[in-house]
Amino acid sequence: MAVDMTQKPILVVKDLNVHYDTGKGPAKAVNDVSFSLRPGERLGLIGESGSGKTTMATALMRLTRAPGRIVSGSVELDGQDLLKLSDKDLREVRLRDIALMPQGAMSSLNPVMRLEEQMIDAIVAHVPNLKRPELDARVQQLLKQVGLEPEVARRYPHELSGGMKQRAAMAIATSLSPKVIVADEPTSALDVVVQRQVMQTLGRLQDGLGAAVVLIGHDMGLIAQFADTVGVMYAGKIVEIGPVRQMIEAPKHPYTKLLVESLPGIEVKQALVGIPGLPPPLVNLPTGCSFNPRCPFAFDRCRSETPQLQEVVPSQFAACHLYPDHKELPPLPARATRELHA
Amino acid sequence: MSKEIVRYIATRFGQLLVVVFVAVSVNFIIPRLLPGDPVQTALARLQTSGGAANVDIQAVSAAYRARYGLDAPVWQQYINYWGDLLTLDLGVSFANFPEKVSTMIGNALPWSVTLLAVATLIAFSVGSLLGARLAWPTAGRGIKSLVPFLMVLTSIPFYLLAIILIYFFAVVLKWFPPAGGVDTTRIMRLDWATTYDILEHAFLPCMAIVLGNVGFWALGMRSQMVNVLGEDYITFAEAKGLHPRRIFVWYGMRNALLAQVTALALSLGSVVSGAVLVEVIFNYPGLGSLLYVAIRGQDYFVIQGVVLMLIVSLAVLLFIVDLLYPLLDPRIRR
Repeated sequence: MAVDMTQKPILVVKDLNVHYDTGKGPAKAVNDVSFSLRPGERLGLIGESGSGKTTMATALMRLTRAPGRIVSGSVELDGQDLLKLSDKDLREVRLRDIALMPQGAMSSLNPVMRLEEQMIDAIVAHVPNLKRPELDARVQQLLKQVGLEPEVARRYPHELSGGMKQRAAMAIATSLSPKVIVADEPTSALDVVVQRQVMQTLGRLQDGLGAAVVLIGHDMGLIAQFADTVGVMYAGKIVEIGPVRQMIEAPKHPYTKLLVESLPGIEVKQALVGIPGLPPPLVNLPTGCSFNPRCPFAFDRCRSETPQLQEVVPSQFAACHLYPDHKELPPLPARATRELHA
Repeated sequence: MSKEIVRYIATRFGQLLVVVFVAVSVNFIIPRLLPGDPVQTALARLQTSGGAANVDIQAVSAAYRARYGLDAPVWQQYINYWGDLLTLDLGVSFANFPEKVSTMIGNALPWSVTLLAVATLIAFSVGSLLGARLAWPTAGRGIKSLVPFLMVLTSIPFYLLAIILIYFFAVVLKWFPPAGGVDTTRIMRLDWATTYDILEHAFLPCMAIVLGNVGFWALGMRSQMVNVLGEDYITFAEAKGLHPRRIFVWYGMRNALLAQVTALALSLGSVVSGAVLVEVIFNYPGLGSLLYVAIRGQDYFVIQGVVLMLIVSLAVLLFIVDLLYPLLDPRIRR
């Protein structure tokens, strides 16, 4: 579905900060993140492990748990700040307006309840007056939508395969036609074939509902295929965000460039390349740009001043001091990527 | 009932029969491993201690020889033993000759079973609920301050607790009678006065068992619940917008209880043996007191009968727990 760019955004995240309290001080897992999402838009968020993706996903639904803590910012869903809602209102908004497709679908279903019980649980929490036959019909319809057989309703989670569990979680997530679906690495535990099927089902359902999707993951290929817009996270910040094609063909942030370069191609056999160095510890971020210790272009300003997102080319934003002095990202120096010897 | 459930029950029942068979056989073999004639030895000991001075020793001895055919070959005795058991004949008491052991056990059993069942049920449910509450993130300071108290309770042995309870509630405050199962002058009838009397006498022994166990269940449940609350299905349940109470009971406790029931099955033995001591201290007319008096009086067949009874009832309890498992955890229905 084409996104109507004239529509008002459905989800607006502003200056979101989530910290984990540790003995050494707060770990800034989500650091001043802002983005917005229009109805029907598919936003992919990519990042390495520990870049704050999952923390961000849980914070969007205010599911953050101790030692995690949402420090500041706002998450406005249809004009309503989720971070300011009462617990009761928040419960009503969850699933009805913003739904989670969990990371570990394998372990996201209650092992001692039949699938239909868990689906009905979710529906009844929001629409309390439905009769059992109506609920059963609804369950059947939802299962059909995600490509599961009707008899699956009577099964327990341990009687389902990984792909079936993920579909079941998807059926629950879409049961009340939410406006926004937060999909946190929904397919990371599945093999590529099932992965593709599940993503296709998600895409089809989302089109039907007109819901916006935040897809979080580390698989650049998968996200590039699914998303309209891609955001790249590094050390708790979005360092670059823009339309998917532009992001892959002409990345503006050095980190995005290195990520794209490190994608292995299947036709040409070449040495695996990675990005030298490791992500910084979130408790003790480098001053200036968090990426400066690993950046091949880093200069003095990068080590002292934190770059803000700026529009480098229309609708593509990057947080990098190379701009606006440069028009394009300069070619990478020869040794910027490193061969990984297996 | 599906076919697999029937098979499950059949398997577990088979296991119960095996346990009972082995218990009965061991109970038969052990006395016969001792050198000499157990009847003679026991009677001789009674005679020297003068404990049975006005009992006709020869008559007792003859009764046992005739009854158990102790001159017969061992296999014959074993078969006779089974025959006696199946007709509920456990022999007669030395100390209270000629009262039958089966009658004595029959009189004591209801007291023990009721006391133990009620006390364990209360301790288990209160402890589990308390433990689950302790693990829940919104647990207040008030409930959290119970933890050290619970730890102290678990580390105090049953019988010490019983003595403390008797001292405060029976001796100092005089709220409850200090001992016995019912007022000695009471004529047992099915009326309110009798029921009240029984409950009044049962309260302190019951409290001793409950207090002695509740900490164990609460602390066990707390650690189980902490684990369960870290599971993805709890986060997903929250994301579904469920009410916290529903998550607490059906997603949290429901899963944490699985390990609790396993612990219940494993600890039944110690619960039963602990209750024996409590009965002795409160002079409660149950199996525990019967066993204690029998041991002190070297009332051989009573000891054998009570021990057999305890083993069999433990086996039956484990069987019941086994039957509860598949109701609680669908993954066990194989």
